[in-house]
Amino acid sequence: MKKLIGQYPDATGHFGPYGGRFVGETLMSALLDVEAAWHSAKNDPAFMASFRAMLRDYAGRPTPLDCAERLSAHAGGARLWLKREDCTHTGAHKINNVVGQGLLARRMGKKRVIAETGAGQHGVATATIAARFGFDCKVFMGAEDIRRQAPNVRRMELLGAQVVPVTSGTSTLKDAMNEALRYWSGASEDTFYVIGTVSGPHPYPEMVRDFQRVIGDEARAQFLEKCGKLPDLLVACVGGGSNAMGLFYPFLDDPCEMIGAEAAGDGLDTPRHAASLCGGSPGELHGALTYLLQSDEGQIHEAWSISAGLDYPGVGPEHALLHDLKRVRYEGVTDVEAVAAFQLLCQYEGIIPALESSHALAAALREAKKRPAAQNILVNLSGRGDKDLDHVTRWMKEHGAP
Amino acid sequence: MNRITATFQRLAAAKKKALVGYLTAGDPTPETSFEILRAACAAGIDILELGVPFSDPTADGPVIQEASQRALKAGMTLTQTLDFAARLRRESDIPIMLFGYYNPLFKYGLVRLAKAAHKAGVDGLLVVDLPPEEAGPLRAALQGTDIQIIFLVAPTTRPDRVQKIAHETGGFLYLITKAGTTGEGGLDVEAIRRHAAEVKKISPLPVCLGFGIRNGADAHQLAPMADGVIVGSALCRVIGDAPGASDLPARMAAKIRDLRQGLDS
Repeated sequence: MKKLIGQYPDATGHFGPYGGRFVGETLMSALLDVEAAWHSAKNDPAFMASFRAMLRDYAGRPTPLDCAERLSAHAGGARLWLKREDCTHTGAHKINNVVGQGLLARRMGKKRVIAETGAGQHGVATATIAARFGFDCKVFMGAEDIRRQAPNVRRMELLGAQVVPVTSGTSTLKDAMNEALRYWSGASEDTFYVIGTVSGPHPYPEMVRDFQRVIGDEARAQFLEKCGKLPDLLVACVGGGSNAMGLFYPFLDDPCEMIGAEAAGDGLDTPRHAASLCGGSPGELHGALTYLLQSDEGQIHEAWSISAGLDYPGVGPEHALLHDLKRVRYEGVTDVEAVAAFQLLCQYEGIIPALESSHALAAALREAKKRPAAQNILVNLSGRGDKDLDHVTRWMKEHGAP
Repeated sequence: MNRITATFQRLAAAKKKALVGYLTAGDPTPETSFEILRAACAAGIDILELGVPFSDPTADGPVIQEASQRALKAGMTLTQTLDFAARLRRESDIPIMLFGYYNPLFKYGLVRLAKAAHKAGVDGLLVVDLPPEEAGPLRAALQGTDIQIIFLVAPTTRPDRVQKIAHETGGFLYLITKAGTTGEGGLDVEAIRRHAAEVKKISPLPVCLGFGIRNGADAHQLAPMADGVIVGSALCRVIGDAPGASDLPARMAAKIRDLRQGLDS
């Protein structure tokens, strides 16, 4: 097998035919500055030591590796293991990335951080580190999402962030990212843009992956310690794809299968899904070449999923490459399958998973049933589901679910 | 000779400045848009920037965003935009640049685009989110045509990079007058004067100033600093203020005449 770790991106920020830095000239200097600062920081032992210390003391790492005995027995096949990112401060893997970018913003002497958010999870995480570091913080959020995610809006405001409603375009996550880029192009002197996933222009896909790989590094060591071997299959959900990249990356050169679970919404055969790899085509959005949900004319489509965190019409460029190389298999998981998995984890393990992570669980359960008990499947439980309770309850009522 | 280059030579000989006008193709509807474009060309713009509408125009302020939305809602496509260029070309020798974002062009296919644009009589391409570093594939596709790629220089662009961009650009350098997105106003005239002078020192190419120019008075004030001015949002606003008006071509012509007068006086 061809070695992948350390090969991508190349010096110009490309992952094979994907990635790159497709932005207006006004933002080029800001991105070149972030790239230079990041490359200097990641080779600075003091910076990386402060990153690890803050993950330990503030974010609550390492997170546990947990064997889901009863859920495995219920599935009746392979054994399921959970990497418990839901146990972190703020309740999801998003904190790993914002701690890293927060430290970098401070190192660059920036006074303000901005972020885009869909469901509000990345917004809350950014507001959290802004408070911790004493940054001014603006979070761009679609007006429609603000209405749907009132508790997260209150959290961000409580943490001192200003939530900026976005009414342009479709008033959702992609438009929030458009607006954050527009704001940044007028304020890059004193402002750092904290992108929440492995998307966007170079160096973000690489940088966010490197901050998130702590998930896979920990899981790999924990798994070897507990089982004396590597898992047979890794499963993670993919919206932009940061938790999946974080889990997969340290295993890329190992003989482990990998599945990325994309949100198939009402089904891949309908227009209502968010599966850019399973149901999209190559294109460029928000600074990178990757797979997109788009029309034949290259206009971006709105994504759809029960899970607001997967509701994005693009995907990180490294996933696009891993898809083409067939190193990772990307599969769709519908709303119905995700909610069923959500309920199973609650009932069998006493863990309320995020709807995003429930997509990974559903894909893992599908596989577990087909595999012998001797096999091990490692699932990234990327976040906790408290935020989703109202939404799931309403959905179950509307769909007559048990 | 490429019509953009020829236009700057002609204007320089006549000691005149270029008026570059941006309009989104298909705004507010394809039919009306074509009449507005004809009126704009007849009323005195020297170079037409024909905007290809895109769903996610991250470098544009609200006025051009809305122009794009109106055009897309009315069903405008890149194929129709190319057809507009071909029809305008049959009537006039005005230089035509396609102006837009990379994804619609990429999705159309760069080689196919180069052929179609060449056939339509397009003279230049300005792709807002395509810095020179990423332009290799487009440049390769354009080989064998005389279509130029025009690149931008921003207030945030550092001198060593200005040199590199000047080396890569065809036709002229588009000098962005302010940080942030397109939109009227917010110009720091002294800063623009300094920046334009620095860029002129680095590059022998014609330099045009764009972003924020509202009217003839702004054009008049900025004209001496460069070889031309670019007006976009102020033109799109004429449509945005009254997208249903029956006399949009006449209103556009009046706006262009005001700009022309400011520039030439």
